[in-house]
Amino acid sequence: MQDHTFGFRTRALHAGTPPDPATGARAQPIYLSTSFVFDSAEHAAELFALRTYGNIYSRIGNPTVSAFEERMASLEGGLGAVATASGLAAQLAAILCLAQAGDHIVSTASLYGGTVTQFTVTLKRMGIACTLVAGDDPEALRAAILPNTKLVYAETIGNPLGNVADLTALAAIAHENGLPFVVDNTFASPALCRPIEFGADVVVHSATKFIGGHGTVIGGVMIESGKFPWGAGKHPLLSEPSPGYHNMNFAETFGEYAFLMRARTEILRDTGAALSPMNAFMLIQGLETLPLRMAAHVENARIIANFLRGREEVAWVNYAELDDSPYRALAAKYLPSGAGAVFTFGLRGGREAGRAFIEALELWSHLANVGDAKSLVIHPASTTHQQLTDAELQASGVTPEMVRLSVGLEDPADLIWDLEKGLRAAALAATPAGARA
Amino acid sequence: MILDTISQRRDLLARSRTVAMVGASANTTRPSYFVFSYLRTKGLLDVTPINPALRDIDGVRAYPSLEAYAAERGAPDIVDVFRKPADALAVTREAVAAGARAIWYQYGVINEEAIRFADAAGLDVVVDRCIKVEAARFDGGLSIGGLNSGLISARRTPPPVRARAAR
Repeated sequence: MQDHTFGFRTRALHAGTPPDPATGARAQPIYLSTSFVFDSAEHAAELFALRTYGNIYSRIGNPTVSAFEERMASLEGGLGAVATASGLAAQLAAILCLAQAGDHIVSTASLYGGTVTQFTVTLKRMGIACTLVAGDDPEALRAAILPNTKLVYAETIGNPLGNVADLTALAAIAHENGLPFVVDNTFASPALCRPIEFGADVVVHSATKFIGGHGTVIGGVMIESGKFPWGAGKHPLLSEPSPGYHNMNFAETFGEYAFLMRARTEILRDTGAALSPMNAFMLIQGLETLPLRMAAHVENARIIANFLRGREEVAWVNYAELDDSPYRALAAKYLPSGAGAVFTFGLRGGREAGRAFIEALELWSHLANVGDAKSLVIHPASTTHQQLTDAELQASGVTPEMVRLSVGLEDPADLIWDLEKGLRAAALAATPAGARA
Repeated sequence: MILDTISQRRDLLARSRTVAMVGASANTTRPSYFVFSYLRTKGLLDVTPINPALRDIDGVRAYPSLEAYAAERGAPDIVDVFRKPADALAVTREAVAAGARAIWYQYGVINEEAIRFADAAGLDVVVDRCIKVEAARFDGGLSIGGLNSGLISARRTPPPVRARAAR
């Protein structure tokens, strides 16, 4: 071992997975075991008292899962990570680590729909209030912070609006108020943006997306920077004795590790949202090619965005790198290697044109996911948002003509061949019947 | 010499056997107890509490001072300092007098005068680090906890700290 700083691609292949110490296996073994034997009664006592590191039960920790966690911590530049059953479980765990009934969180409003529901319905039922701040002005977010606010939340690239968060400005506002900045980095992945470098304290992911990349397993993970002062008093869940763990004061005992230790030993233990070792293995395999895949995703996304922008059937293309995007400067700052591969565009002809477009496609998979190696498409107005009226759609920012693409790794010519069929069908649907005759 | 690289800390732990822990606490919620207990139960290092208020911690005899420790046990390889920064210089003078080969200032124990004194006296110096975290970095503990060890290796060779402990 040398004092050498390894690059991102090397760490994507090696971090967290040295040859298996027990067998020498070069690939990460899948440790499918619910439980692990103790060396002795003293060893068991040390493990339960959190004084030594080791495996007890796979709901709390597992060697295959921890290999995934360490690799994610390395790639995001964090102190450590805790993996979860899904992305929603990761963000819920991060919030429950910091907030309880009577507390409040602040988030940008442009969020994945599942996150909006979790924040505004489920958390509300648990007594944790949430203010969603619309628009891109960081100062509006500052104004929403209350005395009982516990964290500030944003998505690096908002889903589905494609807005790029001003990470350093939001981090500064959070820190000026003694709050950690939690960032969902799913759409960028650490290959394109590492929010900790811009002031984020906790990064969460739906690992289901680009991290896996194969569209096979659901998983989530949160990574912590190790820089936030958890013992400063703003977060009594970390800085006061916890009845959930022998009245332990996590900040006093574990210092910079307080958040991660509580996340694992109380939140993961009590919510039970553990990642399966099988899924962790699949996600580790995905990470090996993450930097290569993201470069290829971005290359294809640029080709497709420019193709669509040149078509008369297309009213607008919302990709942050385009010169007419309001997020171009932010993308250049935070996403210099590419603004991801998920973006939206609008068809002339509204909801009916969108439906016809989707129906005509053969190669793009019509489903509700992003970040697969295969290209994906969805028309929110006729699927996830079909119960909304056109007026309600406009208000939500998810407009009737909006189509969301997740550009995959196929030959771009084949993707364009398919899109052309869809665009022709959309144009026919958009043309009034009389004009066609 | 001030040791500020990962391999310097690894080598220090690998070549060290005895640790005299100044300010070790028997209070099982204190960080110093966590560190003491980790090093003791892992068998990685022969750790001894230095605390005039204690007879022992978990059956390991405590010495009232580094001087008393050195008189019976000889010079410690590492003096691990769990004291407030203002006390660090006095502890460092005692460590030098006891013949310590290295001094390890735990998180937050930062005293520039003490650091300069130890460095000038020829001790290896580690500042603002936790000896448990560094030991766990090299024995695989951090990794099993999902923490970023910062280590990359394609070699199966067990880490030196663990190999020595197995003897």
